[in-house]
Amino acid sequence: MIHLIVALTASEFWSKIFVFDRYGELVQLLSQSILAGAVLGVIGGFVGMFVMMRDHAFAVHGIAEMSFAGAALFLLLGFDVVTGSLVGSIASAILIGLLGVKRSESNSVIGALMPFGLGLGILFLSMYEGRANNKFSLLTGQIVSVDDSQLLEMIIGAVIVVAALTLVWRPLTFASLDPEVARAKGVPLRALSLLFMVILGIAVALSVQVVGSLLVLALLITPSAAALQVTSSPLKALIFSVLFAEISMVGGMLLALAGSLPISPYVTTISFIIYVLCRIVAGVRGRHSASGRGETQPQKIAA
Amino acid sequence: MNPQHPRISQASIAVHNGELSFGSRKLWSELDLTIQQGEYFAVLGPNGSGKSTFLKVVLGLTQLNSGSISVLGSPAKTGNPGVGYIPQQRPLPTNAPLRARDFVGLGIDGHKWGIRVGNKKQNAVIDQLLEAVGATEYAKVPIGLLSGGEQQRLRIAQALANDPQILLADEALLSLDLNHQYAVSDLIHRYNKEKNATVVFVTHEINPIIDHVDRVLYLANGRFTVGTVEEVMRSEVLSDLYQTQVTVIRTNGRYVVVGGDANAPLDISAGDITHPHCSDHGLGSTYAEREIRA
Ligand SMILES: Nc1ncnc2c1ncn2[C@@H]1O[C@H](COP(=O)(O)OP(=O)(O)OP(=O)(O)O)[C@@H](O)[C@H]1O
Ligand SMILES: [Mg+2]
Repeated sequence: MIHLIVALTASEFWSKIFVFDRYGELVQLLSQSILAGAVLGVIGGFVGMFVMMRDHAFAVHGIAEMSFAGAALFLLLGFDVVTGSLVGSIASAILIGLLGVKRSESNSVIGALMPFGLGLGILFLSMYEGRANNKFSLLTGQIVSVDDSQLLEMIIGAVIVVAALTLVWRPLTFASLDPEVARAKGVPLRALSLLFMVILGIAVALSVQVVGSLLVLALLITPSAAALQVTSSPLKALIFSVLFAEISMVGGMLLALAGSLPISPYVTTISFIIYVLCRIVAGVRGRHSASGRGETQPQKIAA
Repeated sequence: MNPQHPRISQASIAVHNGELSFGSRKLWSELDLTIQQGEYFAVLGPNGSGKSTFLKVVLGLTQLNSGSISVLGSPAKTGNPGVGYIPQQRPLPTNAPLRARDFVGLGIDGHKWGIRVGNKKQNAVIDQLLEAVGATEYAKVPIGLLSGGEQQRLRIAQALANDPQILLADEALLSLDLNHQYAVSDLIHRYNKEKNATVVFVTHEINPIIDHVDRVLYLANGRFTVGTVEEVMRSEVLSDLYQTQVTVIRTNGRYVVVGGDANAPLDISAGDITHPHCSDHGLGSTYAEREIRA
């Protein structure tokens, strides 16, 4: 009897997570959205590299909350939600970049900004009287059918992000690793850091559309963090980072289509599993390899 | 002890009436100093006397409060390709996607736009630099996994990557073992001679480089003295600078500075610059032995 109930609820549970009825049709219907997810994966993989290098995880979270506030405000006012989230995230990114020159300072700026953004967002949403569905999806993400113009918007955003990051790749790496020497060499630290914040703002705003503002980290941080566990070659790290972001994003979407839950649990779970696997690989390797060294014997000091 | 340079002298770094202070704290003032191209110039002084800040002024990272400074004929500014910089040790981030050789490569083109594409000529230069600082063995190790001394050697290679006419080294030998102290100070000395490059070497411990140094800038308590090692490293001169009794002992061409009055507030800094124990039975003697073998 009890077994039966457990079995029933369990199967109910699974059927909530995975429903493969008329799956092919759905995929076809939402192929545009899946394409948009793939575009986001590229953005996440690229931007994540520098989020890790510059230790900006907290900033991503803060910007995402402000992006949510912006989207909620625009929803309330009856404007375009995407534009609202872009405005919110770019404005807050620039603010963080300007106020928090040093890393420790920027963390306190973000700490002050984030709850304020979230509070504003909740206020705007509670004042909004439209469909409740819209409210929740800003936080947890959704798959809507993406139309041509939205897809185009995402592709343009991705091209801007990737082109800008490619252009500043070397000096930004230098500035992130060793700011003082980089500045002595003529790298414009302040301008680069502001530019990166704007890029980050765009990336967050685009990601929020699909994964929601609470879970942007799963797209902008986890894949790169996982990549950095398994390689430290700059090029390989980037390739893995994009690859992991794609697997999480597109894989998560394909699974989400089969269920009735929001998309974000699927994306976050996949990206978390990849992260755990990479950590295991790194752990095993760390015990058995010389991490790239030639001879490992200590050199003898000539007496 | 140091042969004077027979070459035509030409100013490499020139400071006129320079003053530097942070708020009401004056590090030094009325500094008039001309360092010739090819000179090996040491900067000594206790903690907080403004040695690193002097290098930052040359780099254009910090501005003088008054006076002027010219570097290679033009006012000091960041991004001068003729200047290489080894900063005072600070650990590198642990999870950067960069291997030792990529880090050295930043010294060649880290300030340029775009992504670095592998280039045979550059790779050869990087290999040579890694070899020179004894880093070939860990060329492919992620920088975050390296020890402090290993990272320090990479910084030295990075600073030399562009063939700078001026090399600024801030405690470059710190945290290196004896073998590598010897190798690195020899490398910097050879670079100084072969390329006629100016070296400005900030250090607490003059003995490891004493045979290479042409002149010394000694900073203490907002005052300074400039001169050859023999001129500056004397009890009267340093006592005058510290305004307390300081004794300089010279043995075997090595210097030991001992603050005199134990109750004097400046005594701590006087002792600090010298590590008498270190020079007595550590570095000094090993150096002497090595030189004999060489
Ligand atoms: N940006 C700054 N603002 C305020 N004070 C500063 C600044 N930079 C340096 N100082 C102060 O100037 C003094 C000199 O610093 P500097 O780093 O040049 O010392 P140093 O001689 O290199 O000492 P050490 O031997 O410890 O390396 C210190 O007391 C420091 O606190
Ligand atoms: Mg210093």
